[in-house]
Amino acid sequence: MAHAPQSNFNNPVVNWIDQRLPIITMMNKEYGSFPTPRNFNSLWNFGAIAMVVLATMILSGVVLAMHYTNNTALAFDSVERIMRDVNWGWMIRYIHANGASMFFIAVYIHIFRGVYYGSYKAPRELIWIFGVIILLLMMGTAFMGYVLPWGQMSFWGATVITNLFSAIPVVGEHIVTLLWGGFSVDNPTLNRFFALHFLLPFVLIAVVFLHVAALHITGSNNPLGVEPKGPQDTLPFHPYYTTKDLFGAVLFLIIFAAFVFFAPNYLGHPDNYIPADPLVTPAHIVPEWYFLPFYAILRSITFSITLPFTDVVLIPAKLGGVIGMFGSIAILFVLPWLDTSPVRSSRFRPIFKWWVLLWLVPAFLVLGYVGGKPAEQPYVLLGQIATVMYFVFFLALPIIGRIEKPLPLPASIAKPVLGGGSVATGATAQVMEKA
Amino acid sequence: MRRLRNLIAAGVLSVAGLTAGAQAAGDVAVPPAQEWAHGGVNSFLSFFKGYDYAAVQRGFQVYKEVCAACHSMHLLHYRNLHDVGFNEEEVKAIAASVEVTDGPNDQGEMFTRPGLPADKFKSPFANKQAAAAANGGKAPPDLSLIVKARSHFEDYVYAILTGYEEAPADAHIPPGGNYNKYFPGHAIAMPMPLFENGVTFTDGTKATVPQMAHDVVTFLAWAAEPKLEERRRVGIMAITFLVVFAGIMYAAKRRVWADAH
Repeated sequence: MAHAPQSNFNNPVVNWIDQRLPIITMMNKEYGSFPTPRNFNSLWNFGAIAMVVLATMILSGVVLAMHYTNNTALAFDSVERIMRDVNWGWMIRYIHANGASMFFIAVYIHIFRGVYYGSYKAPRELIWIFGVIILLLMMGTAFMGYVLPWGQMSFWGATVITNLFSAIPVVGEHIVTLLWGGFSVDNPTLNRFFALHFLLPFVLIAVVFLHVAALHITGSNNPLGVEPKGPQDTLPFHPYYTTKDLFGAVLFLIIFAAFVFFAPNYLGHPDNYIPADPLVTPAHIVPEWYFLPFYAILRSITFSITLPFTDVVLIPAKLGGVIGMFGSIAILFVLPWLDTSPVRSSRFRPIFKWWVLLWLVPAFLVLGYVGGKPAEQPYVLLGQIATVMYFVFFLALPIIGRIEKPLPLPASIAKPVLGGGSVATGATAQVMEKA
Repeated sequence: MRRLRNLIAAGVLSVAGLTAGAQAAGDVAVPPAQEWAHGGVNSFLSFFKGYDYAAVQRGFQVYKEVCAACHSMHLLHYRNLHDVGFNEEEVKAIAASVEVTDGPNDQGEMFTRPGLPADKFKSPFANKQAAAAANGGKAPPDLSLIVKARSHFEDYVYAILTGYEEAPADAHIPPGGNYNKYFPGHAIAMPMPLFENGVTFTDGTKATVPQMAHDVVTFLAWAAEPKLEERRRVGIMAITFLVVFAGIMYAAKRRVWADAH
């Protein structure tokens, strides 16, 4: 016991455990007294909300997996058996199906918050990168999960999306064969998608752990984007943010429950209540709503890129679309380095603020709208404009960083929060200090 | 919410129409909204509404005597009919009215026996191929989920059942096809299924075409979403709980934060 750390808990059992594995000391440090900026607004709730939804998805998913049959001949009926004959099966399945949408709603808001308040900037770049990896894992997991009920949209969505990989030069066809486990989407595809759909959420948890662990090294960003300068700027995580996060999570659960119990099929597609039929293509293949912006980027590359003045195709349209779609997420990885402004929060960035609100957000929403429309005019042109807008948002950031004149930053978090409540007060205070 | 739903559904339907052939998208009529006692399987604001079980029972009769000649409902069991108000004896009698193949028995032979409540609804054809062969090459769709599997839900199925018309001169209807105002592309293989007094309702309801269509669609809605009432009932409780919980959490949060502001 020479090197056992000292613990000072009153409960002897807790003390005994903590001396051997100081997990309680650690939890207390990370979630009890953890100093957290005192000025979070409600947008800071969505990390915790995403956690709650992830836990809900894993719990409901494990129960569904106990009743689901991953065979093309039985999968569709096994899901309907869950809906009809399994105790509370309808509720668990509707929670899981709508939970995917809720997860994306929470995560998209979480990402928006990160962009708007510059949370990706030094020293939090790695947190942001883990976050983008989480987004990719979520997308893969959600896509494969949607295939499992083996409805028409499951089958044809899987066919369209897996076929994208065939655009990759040289190895594309081999990758597709590997994904399918054969030469078309069939039983081997369903089996591997089920296995991966079960596995990936646990990989997701591991990355979420890294995301949060890295956050606890740097501490959280906040709406002012200035680092806490001392204890007057922070509050212990518990009870301040435990109560606030719980309140936010319950509000979110009300919306979640409204979908599950009163509109469980609003976010789905009627065609997925038709069993998969490889011989009948649906009139209109659309992915789930949360993929629509990326689907629109994929489809907006309708032209091949050729060597100038020749007919030599450098990038066929299909490959161009795939590059555009994956590029739209890949570009997020380098966002911390594209944005050269030292100021984090949009509150003090007069150009960046409107660049996000009036350029990036509309582009993303238009892409989502176009993604649900058929590939015809005027939607194609609209999608192309929005695609250009999306990428221009990122590519213009170095220029904005150079030409933008940020507003004066408050001296500390506590000053504008406690001293009169307005940002201007803080800014004035700073000027006066300097004078 | 309804407008949103209509907007989405109209988009999907117009797209379906587009790809159905040369006819333009706006050509397919949007199914008019009907009144449903349960508000519709996809209705958001029908918190306290439930199925009209007399209509479900009449609708089952229409299915059994008309639709079941061609359409299977393989996700339903006869025992499910308890849930719409048929009593034990009635369910047993309905199940026993069909002959089902069972086995193999101790001698390794398949045999037939009268249906039991635990049996699935007997399909009109032995398999999908037989169904397709008997119906011009395409099997009639299973109706278990038809109401949830079409945009506009109940309204669409009702519109199809009542949407048969004389084909306009410019309509291109292939041989064996029928003109339907609401079917994408208008050429539907199914001939008009419902005729005045096609069934005789035991409760004395007059069997007009709109009446039979409305009843059978109510039955199909129940078949597609049998837990609708339980779902809404539990939903009211869940949301009431969450609202109260949110109120308590808000009070707790304010109390905790009182000294921080």
